[in-house]
Amino acid sequence: MGDIILDIDKVDKTFGGLHALADIDLKIEEGKIHAIIGPNGAGKSTLLNVCIGRLEPDRGTVRFNGEIITGKKPYEINHAGVVRVFQTPEIFPDLSLLQNVMVPAFAKRDGTFKFNFWKSLSSEKAIREEAEQVLNDLGLGEHLNHHAGSMSRGDKRRLELAMGLIQHPRLLLLDEPTAGMSRHDTNRTIELLTRIKERGMTKIIIEHDMHVVFSLADTISVLAQGRIIAQGTPDEIRGNPKVQEAYLGGAEL
Amino acid sequence: MSMPTLKNDLAIMVLFTAAVLSAPLWLAPIGADYPDLLQKFAIYGIFAVGFNILFGLTGYLSFGHAAFLGVGSYTAVWSFKLLSMNVLPAVALSVLMAGVFAYLIGFISLRRSGIYFSILTLAFAQMCYNLAYSVLTPITNGETGLQLANDDARVIDTLFGISYDGLPSTTLFGLEMTGYPGFYFCAVLLILGFFLSLRIFHSPFGMKLRAIKSNQTRMVYTGYNTKPYLLTAFVISGMYAGLAGALLAVTDPLAGAERMQWTASGEVVLMTILGGAGTLIGPLLGVGIIKYFENIFSAMNVQQLTEMFAFLPDWLGKIAVTLTNPFVGEGWHLTLGLLFMLIVIFLPGGVMEGMRRIAAIPRKLKQRAVPKPTPATEEK
Ligand SMILES: Nc1ncnc2c1ncn2[C@@H]1O[C@H](COP(=O)(O)OP(=O)(O)OP(=O)(O)O)[C@@H](O)[C@H]1O
Ligand SMILES: [Mg+2]
Repeated sequence: MGDIILDIDKVDKTFGGLHALADIDLKIEEGKIHAIIGPNGAGKSTLLNVCIGRLEPDRGTVRFNGEIITGKKPYEINHAGVVRVFQTPEIFPDLSLLQNVMVPAFAKRDGTFKFNFWKSLSSEKAIREEAEQVLNDLGLGEHLNHHAGSMSRGDKRRLELAMGLIQHPRLLLLDEPTAGMSRHDTNRTIELLTRIKERGMTKIIIEHDMHVVFSLADTISVLAQGRIIAQGTPDEIRGNPKVQEAYLGGAEL
Repeated sequence: MSMPTLKNDLAIMVLFTAAVLSAPLWLAPIGADYPDLLQKFAIYGIFAVGFNILFGLTGYLSFGHAAFLGVGSYTAVWSFKLLSMNVLPAVALSVLMAGVFAYLIGFISLRRSGIYFSILTLAFAQMCYNLAYSVLTPITNGETGLQLANDDARVIDTLFGISYDGLPSTTLFGLEMTGYPGFYFCAVLLILGFFLSLRIFHSPFGMKLRAIKSNQTRMVYTGYNTKPYLLTAFVISGMYAGLAGALLAVTDPLAGAERMQWTASGEVVLMTILGGAGTLIGPLLGVGIIKYFENIFSAMNVQQLTEMFAFLPDWLGKIAVTLTNPFVGEGWHLTLGLLFMLIVIFLPGGVMEGMRRIAAIPRKLKQRAVPKPTPATEEK
């Protein structure tokens, strides 16, 4: 087994009476793609929220690269190397696509705060070229100067993926990255994600599309009602009767 | 929304400088070429350009910027009284002092966003107003306002052996800051202030401020601590307000508490929105329009209206005068309110949006002939 990059240890979270996460234990190996699947409301997004500091767990800790990140500020967690792509696209709707990708690139280079007001954007060639490159990779190269807010939902998702990728995170958390995309765009995204897998970026991906899950994931966890009910390789999960009952509705995979 | 280039910036600055310096010429046809009004344009221009750095870029709507205007004026008058009638120390100290106030008020107000932020800034400004009006009378001279006196210390002037007969006027190394020299002093500072704002607008810092306005949550998960960004923008815009306040004192060395009242804070909001918040030039257009019409409408009275409507039959003229009278003179604010309502309802992007729409008409006509699939966005 390789190094553990993310270690979720006995994490518990309740909302009022709802036990959204119950005693979650999960270890993610560096360089792997780990998929989290489960029915709606299972707690998948909540788990990611705990990982990026959007929510504090009631109990338990999350370690990233050996360091406890629970209780840290979201922007500190980002700089530690954890980047999230949200379920509903979180972009900068009033900026152009290029600017949307340049903003995270500046964060990566300049840190949490820098007062670089005398420099002109036009002299930031390196960052701009990198942003163009990433957008090209994702098939958004023709829309560099378009308003991000007026793009289709699928394009917004790809844009947000670009915003994540330009930061070269060590751990990328993807919350349903292909939802709302056409078959063609979905395939392209899968292809891209496989390609960057070779660069050694660890990924956690939440996905309802089993085609995507089984073609990408090295390991899978199945979440239902806040609990991990099964864990294993795609083949193991496919054959697990508990999973079929809880989530896949008995359907043949 | 393509990226700004250095060549573009240079062209903008050359045009802007030429336009400001030649204002007495091209404003002559509409009768706005006298120094008093020109100074007002320049001073409130600085105020609005600074306000736009906060409101236009970050979307944080401060309703308390007049506090910094007032702080600037008081500081400047004290500088005239204690140090020197030279305007440079007065301007420098005012900007600094306004910066300190903005830091303190901003630090607390920025713990909230949206309407709560606006209310906090409003509350702070009203506190400043009340303090200046009564509690701090030894510093502000309360209701009467802070004025120059014959026996002021003016240590720097005394040191250099400069003395005055009677009440002195403000100077720039001997050049009296009244009339056109006064305007040109304000104009140069407006040009510098505009240049700084241009740099900020086209810098990575400015882009990050826009990103905060667009989606602050996203900024936090993108690795930014947004608070220092907002505070920096707040302090910068407060310093612009302080500079404007100092210049008000330069052109008329007197500071009163009413300068800090909420109506003064509201005015800069109106001017910025009227012209077009978040655009470089918009706030200046707003200033120009409001200050020009204020000048015309507030000077009108029943006498003039009667003369204006003299061509109508007597009874109709009387009705016309009765109907229009509430909107002029003291009632100018009623006109301003109406104008503002119309703009916000029909043209939320202000005059700049109106001009953009007009500029887009030829293209739209062309598009109707040859439909294009994706609309490109143009630069703001
Ligand atoms: N901030 C919150 N406050 C209250 N309840 C919440 C909050 N966030 C999530 N929940 C609840 O917790 C449960 C788990 O939600 P979560 O979004 O994690 O599900 P999910 O597995 O991502 O589902 P989906 O597949 O629909 O995205 C749901 O019942 C949801 O209503
Ligand atoms: Mg979810």
